[in-house]
Amino acid sequence: MTASHEREGFGLPKLTYRVWKVWRRNFDVFMKTFKVSFFPPLLEPIFYLAAMGAGLGALITQSIEGQSYIQFIAPALVAITIMYSSFFECTYGSFVRMYYQRTFDAIIATPISVEEVIAGEILWGATRSLIGGSIVLGVVAAFGLVTKPLITSPLFILVLPVAFFSGLMFSAIGICFTALAPNIDFFNYPQYLFITPMFLLSNTFFPLTLLHNLPLQIFSQAVLPLTHTVNLARWALFGSGDLSFALSIIWIAAVTVAFFVISINLMKRRLIR
Amino acid sequence: MPETIIRAENLTKKYDDLLAVDGIDFEVFKGECCGFLGPNGAGKTTTIKMIHCVLPLTSGRLAVAGMSVSESPREIKKMIGVAPQEENLDPDFTVMTNLLVYARYFDIPKLEALKRAENLLKFSQLEEKRNVVIDQLSTGMKRRLILARALINEPQVLLLDEPTTGLDPQARHLIWDKVRSLKKQGVTIILTTHYMEEASELCDRTLIMDAGKIIEEGTPVDLIKKHAGEEVLELDYDEKVMSMLKEKFPDARLEVVGERIHVFTNQPHGVFASFLESFPTKSATVRGANLEDVFLKLTGRNLRE
Repeated sequence: MTASHEREGFGLPKLTYRVWKVWRRNFDVFMKTFKVSFFPPLLEPIFYLAAMGAGLGALITQSIEGQSYIQFIAPALVAITIMYSSFFECTYGSFVRMYYQRTFDAIIATPISVEEVIAGEILWGATRSLIGGSIVLGVVAAFGLVTKPLITSPLFILVLPVAFFSGLMFSAIGICFTALAPNIDFFNYPQYLFITPMFLLSNTFFPLTLLHNLPLQIFSQAVLPLTHTVNLARWALFGSGDLSFALSIIWIAAVTVAFFVISINLMKRRLIR
Repeated sequence: MPETIIRAENLTKKYDDLLAVDGIDFEVFKGECCGFLGPNGAGKTTTIKMIHCVLPLTSGRLAVAGMSVSESPREIKKMIGVAPQEENLDPDFTVMTNLLVYARYFDIPKLEALKRAENLLKFSQLEEKRNVVIDQLSTGMKRRLILARALINEPQVLLLDEPTTGLDPQARHLIWDKVRSLKKQGVTIILTTHYMEEASELCDRTLIMDAGKIIEEGTPVDLIKKHAGEEVLELDYDEKVMSMLKEKFPDARLEVVGERIHVFTNQPHGVFASFLESFPTKSATVRGANLEDVFLKLTGRNLRE
């Protein structure tokens, strides 16, 4: 017996296979509500491709780095879905489980630790990105049959690991907000001040170079995670050829590891008092 | 000597400016039902949460089955079942799935989990509700399911944090029956409650907590005898009556509660009856002393919240 143990300090999480049990719980719920969790996300990218790609795109005759407008936004739509799926799962979704349903309390009364619960949530968030990204990838491929091909690289399948690992990143960032959220309305802040700017300013619907605003471009590259997911999705779908994709992989890996550790520590601070 | 299964020494839990548990020592013996009584904020739930390893200690020692809660939380949590005060069933699942998903957290193989869940549905009289979602259960059913869920890992120690709060008498008695039958099976039970009747019914031993400290400990019968005697006389307040009582029962404790006088004495059964024969008073009643008398004597009548 040790004499005592105070609240543990900041540290690397100690995880076991039990992380999967938390993941599995969320997966089981998802499968139960399969119809509502699967079909609406299928429709959204179709609307975007039709309205912005085919519709707005018809007005845009200028090519963007050799691509038509619809080709330019197709990978961005995949990336945006990747971001939304995991970020919302690990903010609103996790908050409901933590605060309203007390699911975390129920799980930590079993041999599963708080750290494993949070790691399981993040892993599940990444899985949601993988599912969402795959759906949109399928839609983009199908839409390309009607318009012009929206996927030209054989590497396109790499969008799936991009979805998963970007999902880990957005989940970990989301969990940080959840750990700090005093109530569910708090998520308006990250939604409107973080997610919406990314949605618009991450080389999604126009190349940032058009604005001739160097600080904004640097900001987008340095700070906005979606920029890198978009970059990778575009590289995978069209094989853009330059080496910036390698930089994006490193950026995402570093940010993911950092936020994974931070998010679990913030959650421990919130839940173990 | 009974075997100790939980031992706390100088157990302390401090929040920023609040000493929730203030250096308590206690033991819980194998196979007993031990009740933690106390007003709100006494530190009962905090103590329970430290026993099942979800709240770290500030200082002191706490061991379950010889294992330290800070060193072996997983091993301890494997052998403990917890029925928390706040309902935290999984609303996304049915009754049966709640049990099965919970079994998975304990690494119980699927077939074994199914077998145990079936037995627990029977035990908690929820067989007909197996495919019902949690929202559609009554409060009593939810409490029974929480109890059933706490038993899925066949725990040696069961922690029941206010298991019957908010239940109607029927539902309460059903829970009591279940607790008694678990005790018979040899499960060690730790129970917190505000209901003194519940503690008297179920507990072999009670610890009374107030402001983070254990202020008294003993079997319900001994505590009643020690602090409230055998009988209590209650009658309407009147100064003349008061002075007469003081004269007649010089050793008695007289307590004025609202408009009534309560008379506690160590004298044996029947003493009040003979008093009332000589001074018949309409408002007077003689009743057996109970644990509530003990509780109110020790923790006072002031509201805590």
